[in-house]
Amino acid sequence: MKPLSYVRAGTAREAIDAFVAAGDGARYIAGGTNLYDLMKLGIERPAHLIDIADLEGADRIDTDGDRLFFGGAALMANVAEDPVVSRDYLVLAESLSKAASQQLRNMATVGGNLLQRTRCPYFRNGVNGTYPCNKREPGSGCAALGGLDRSQAVLGASEACNAVSPGDWPVALMAMDATIELQGRDGTRVIPISELYRPPSQTPHLEFTIGREEIVTGIAVPKTAAGRNSVYLKVRDRESYAFALVSAAVALEMDGDRVGQAHVALGGVATVPWRARAAEAFLRGRTLDREGALAAATAAFADARAGRHNAFKIELGARTLADALITAGSKSQ
Amino acid sequence: MPNSQGKHRLETTRRRVLKAGTIISLSGAMLPTTGLAQQAGPQPSPENGVTVPVSFRVNGRPAALDIDARASLLDLLRERLGLVGAKKGCDHGQCGACTVHMNGRRIASCLTMAAKAHGRDVTTIEGIAGADGLHPMQQAFIDHDALQCGYCTPGQIMAAIACVKEGHATTPEQIKEYMSGNICRCGAYVGIVAAIEQAAPQIERS
Repeated sequence: MKPLSYVRAGTAREAIDAFVAAGDGARYIAGGTNLYDLMKLGIERPAHLIDIADLEGADRIDTDGDRLFFGGAALMANVAEDPVVSRDYLVLAESLSKAASQQLRNMATVGGNLLQRTRCPYFRNGVNGTYPCNKREPGSGCAALGGLDRSQAVLGASEACNAVSPGDWPVALMAMDATIELQGRDGTRVIPISELYRPPSQTPHLEFTIGREEIVTGIAVPKTAAGRNSVYLKVRDRESYAFALVSAAVALEMDGDRVGQAHVALGGVATVPWRARAAEAFLRGRTLDREGALAAATAAFADARAGRHNAFKIELGARTLADALITAGSKSQ
Repeated sequence: MPNSQGKHRLETTRRRVLKAGTIISLSGAMLPTTGLAQQAGPQPSPENGVTVPVSFRVNGRPAALDIDARASLLDLLRERLGLVGAKKGCDHGQCGACTVHMNGRRIASCLTMAAKAHGRDVTTIEGIAGADGLHPMQQAFIDHDALQCGYCTPGQIMAAIACVKEGHATTPEQIKEYMSGNICRCGAYVGIVAAIEQAAPQIERS
């Protein structure tokens, strides 16, 4: 790790000013569970760190209005255990409590988690030219394509990259139509979470649409009764403290015994948090039975493409989503 | 900024700690840097890069020193303060051996930049025993043979105490889930769960 400077900012404005003044090599750090880890691996090489974990009011959790609001620096552990979130929006709470360990959830922020970088083994372990990686060294190639690709994406991959988007929380937020509040030099803007992530296409090193000096100052989720009929189902190589092989975020707005609007997103299988619109369309107006759930889930994977070792994710993903749909549906009865 | 006699202190500190197994002798290393540094002329700094001043409390005692901005809290505790109870296992937040408490909450000290400890309270395994003996969780780990090689144990115990205080030790299943951030390569998990069940009623929830 090369020498670096470190300053702690008190407000977002102060942080942005410090960032701009620091110039090239500046990075924000919040919990640091991802950035500091990647610095130790030599993948991230900041020269100046601006700490935004303690910005005034940035850890706010507000569930009183017509939306849930989480400040960018709210801790994952605190949001997971918020009384309203854990009672009425289980999909959100579970996506957090099933991520990482309690130690890391006490450090990591819900804003920083949106920007977590991939766990692709070729991305993480290939520094010094051992393996090419278009994310790490643009244009160098991709060792995962045709390589040991058991963990890689089956949805959204390009000829340049098939790395999985690793998060759980962004998947749940995607299902729940969250919006992201970003503060930059020229003020604040709000975007749907779906616009935060870039598909890899030919430029997999460009992962997010957030500006270099922008800060995630908040996450808002519209309140909906579907939160009560919701679940985050995560399947891993071990029962706890592992990244998803496949995961499904489901929340159902019911119309009697039929599905009104289904909110469905997938994790562990795609290059970005993946909204499964085809499954949602299939479910609209139907009653939920085992057969219908599996058909909807299969539709979600219609465009999936397997590599050498990850074909299992397509069937596992469909069955996981089907289970999640049945579980969410059973809560409405 | 060079830290006055930092190298000398570090060596002294570590030798004494290893010999006496106590932190009483650490008070010297925890004193804030004073104006004596300037009077004594340039001193070799124990740190190489850009340093940041960090002032915090560890196990109830104040500590103030300049630390390389790249350093982790784990390195600060082990290499500068001689508190070698917290262990460096993976150094990537994956094993839990470095678990300590910051402002009463468990964290991975290897993924916490040392500078983040500024103004905060840190508790390590060295700081949990009372004047009248071991912490109930330490005793429970002994009672249940909840270790073999012992390398992960300081982290396990710090995580276990927090697990109880959080209210996450009400069933064996919940204990397993909320202790999953601590890996034990010897496989002492059965004893660890039993130890936490034994100690839980003796520890107040926060």
